[in-house]
Amino acid sequence: MMLRRIARMDQGRGCNRHACHRRGAAARHRRLRCWLLALCCWLPFGAEAARLIEDSAGRKVAIPERIERVYAAGPPASILVYVLAPDKLTGWPRAPRKDERPYLAPATRDLPETGRLTGRGNTTNLEVMLRTRPDLIIDFGAVNATYVSLADQVQAQTGIPYLLIDGRFEQTPAALRLVGDILGVGDRGEARASEVEALLTTLDDVLATIPERERPRVYMARGPNGLETGLKGSINTEIIERAGGRNVADPGDASLRRGIVQVSVEQVIVANPDTIITWDPNFYRGVWRDPLWAGIEAVQRQRVFLSPLVPFGWIDRPPSLNRIIGLKWLASLFYPDQMPMDLRAETRAFYRRFYHVDLDDNTLEQLLQWTQGHPPN
Amino acid sequence: MDPGSPAELSLQRTLVLLVMLVSLLAIAAALIGPYSISPTQLIQAFAQRLTGRIDPALAATDTVLFSVRLPRVAAALLAGAALAAAGAVYQGLFRNPLVSPDMLGVSSGAGLGAVLGIFLSLPVPAIQGLSFVGGLATVAIVYLLASAVRGHEPTLVLVLTGIVLGALAGACLSLLKILADPYDQLPAITFWLLGSLASVRAADVLATAPLVLVALVPLVLLRWRVNLMSLGDEEAAALGVDPRRLRLLFIAAATLMTASIVAIAGVIGWVGLVIPHIARLLVGPNFNRLLPTAMLIGAGFMLAVDTLARTLAETETPLGVLTACLGAPVFVWLLASGRRGW
Repeated sequence: MMLRRIARMDQGRGCNRHACHRRGAAARHRRLRCWLLALCCWLPFGAEAARLIEDSAGRKVAIPERIERVYAAGPPASILVYVLAPDKLTGWPRAPRKDERPYLAPATRDLPETGRLTGRGNTTNLEVMLRTRPDLIIDFGAVNATYVSLADQVQAQTGIPYLLIDGRFEQTPAALRLVGDILGVGDRGEARASEVEALLTTLDDVLATIPERERPRVYMARGPNGLETGLKGSINTEIIERAGGRNVADPGDASLRRGIVQVSVEQVIVANPDTIITWDPNFYRGVWRDPLWAGIEAVQRQRVFLSPLVPFGWIDRPPSLNRIIGLKWLASLFYPDQMPMDLRAETRAFYRRFYHVDLDDNTLEQLLQWTQGHPPN
Repeated sequence: MDPGSPAELSLQRTLVLLVMLVSLLAIAAALIGPYSISPTQLIQAFAQRLTGRIDPALAATDTVLFSVRLPRVAAALLAGAALAAAGAVYQGLFRNPLVSPDMLGVSSGAGLGAVLGIFLSLPVPAIQGLSFVGGLATVAIVYLLASAVRGHEPTLVLVLTGIVLGALAGACLSLLKILADPYDQLPAITFWLLGSLASVRAADVLATAPLVLVALVPLVLLRWRVNLMSLGDEEAAALGVDPRRLRLLFIAAATLMTASIVAIAGVIGWVGLVIPHIARLLVGPNFNRLLPTAMLIGAGFMLAVDTLARTLAETETPLGVLTACLGAPVFVWLLASGRRGW
């Protein structure tokens, strides 16, 4: 991902303040030129000084030097912005639910619901979005031609710069640095980025010693009956491979690796995963008593794991920075010896550094109960 | 028509042929699937079940066969037969070949119920229950509203009310989709609305089969009266039947069948529309002959389509996609060939 600042354009309001106050014909000329110049600067970028940013799609977007308000185009972007600069978020794509609120910074719990601009289902009225007066729109996730054209269109229509940032795991550090820099919190971006990088490097070192065939065979159960899953290679399941597992839903051919699919229980029986991960409490409760799933190795070995969901899912839902804690957790489940994890301490630290909340013992305990298979009702 | 007449003989022959065809399909479907089961194992597994002694080596085969595959085969047969029967009744009742079982909003209502269940993150049985209730309730409302309107052709009012309520249910459904979690609930909703037997289990079939059978009873007993209904209300009344009561009975029966199928399999289009036409081509429009033929063809068609759905790819292909791909060309051909007579 080639993301860098390309140019600065510092002409802005400076010229009309200083140069234009003199009198005389020459001065009047100059004043006119000056106004024109100011007008030119104002038209595309607002009255602010601007800089050019190249986003993950290779679009060159001029953005203001100082950004105070960011509109997140979807749930993944809202988490990225929240992690880096919670005070700059104009709203949540979906208002936080009651059970999610204790895990968010108090100042952000009551931000308005602003809808989704991209992704599956567009729920935003552009006027509602404009009413939040954002300086910048950020989308974080898959980058493809559809999203590029949508970004171009919204940018042209509203005049608000719109950045598309690649949301894949490997690009996470780069995204943190870039957006941290853009939002004026470069230090925080750098700190989080190196933290993620350190985790990815540690994982890579461990995985280098583990041959492919010794890695756990993992099935991600989604949906109320657990019969939806994400194919290998989709952004929804990439955490499986990143944590050192093998996704059993592998169509082989890379061209068939589209997102979420439906499978039959027979296919799960044939695939016979030794580990199942899910975030659906209904499925989790039912799977232990279900005769159809009883013969599956993961159930027999009690290796069905339930991911917490608050304030964001640990393994997906949405695919964003929330998966970092899930990545650590999954790796510790897959490789308890090589990737040990002090779940309590690390969860507390992650929630403090990424989500800006200090969890008290009770709240933390409730969260960790999920990982023990006891979601709150 | 006495049993010895040539037409009756040819009907018997058609039905016997169809039964054989469907049985062959069922055996093939039991043998096909990602978990490989050989014909010998199939026989062994059945023998084991009969003797009650389960060989541990065949335990997995037993589970796959009796808990996964055969319930699914049974569900496909049931769904195809029920949807085709409901379609045949509706087409006769409304005297219109373009009518399908979801004419009066049963699918939209059932879809709305299921989507509400998914939206509220309910367990699967609750989703199915909501779907069933949603389907029945929608048709009940349509019927009551249509009965309240007087002075028009009753079937026309019913159809129009059905369209209106179906559209309303569709709108509510879209609203729920927009509100649903795009990473979790929205895919589940989409899959549900495209129809699938992937998650059917024996309990579903056992719960649905009695409902379908109960609904079949009036259709079989009063099968010749469907013919009278297709003549129109005045003629039917002149021939000594009460068209309003009969219509209510037939609508209730067809709705019960469709709603119970939609509750376990999701929305499966085209079967109820196209299969009765094919049956009519074979045995003519007389409902006496049409009902068993349509049910057998429907069962066989659904079974073939579902077997395709689970074997075409590593993952499930939605039934709605396959029935539409197969149903649309057949329907166009039927239209083009210009045959009439329902």
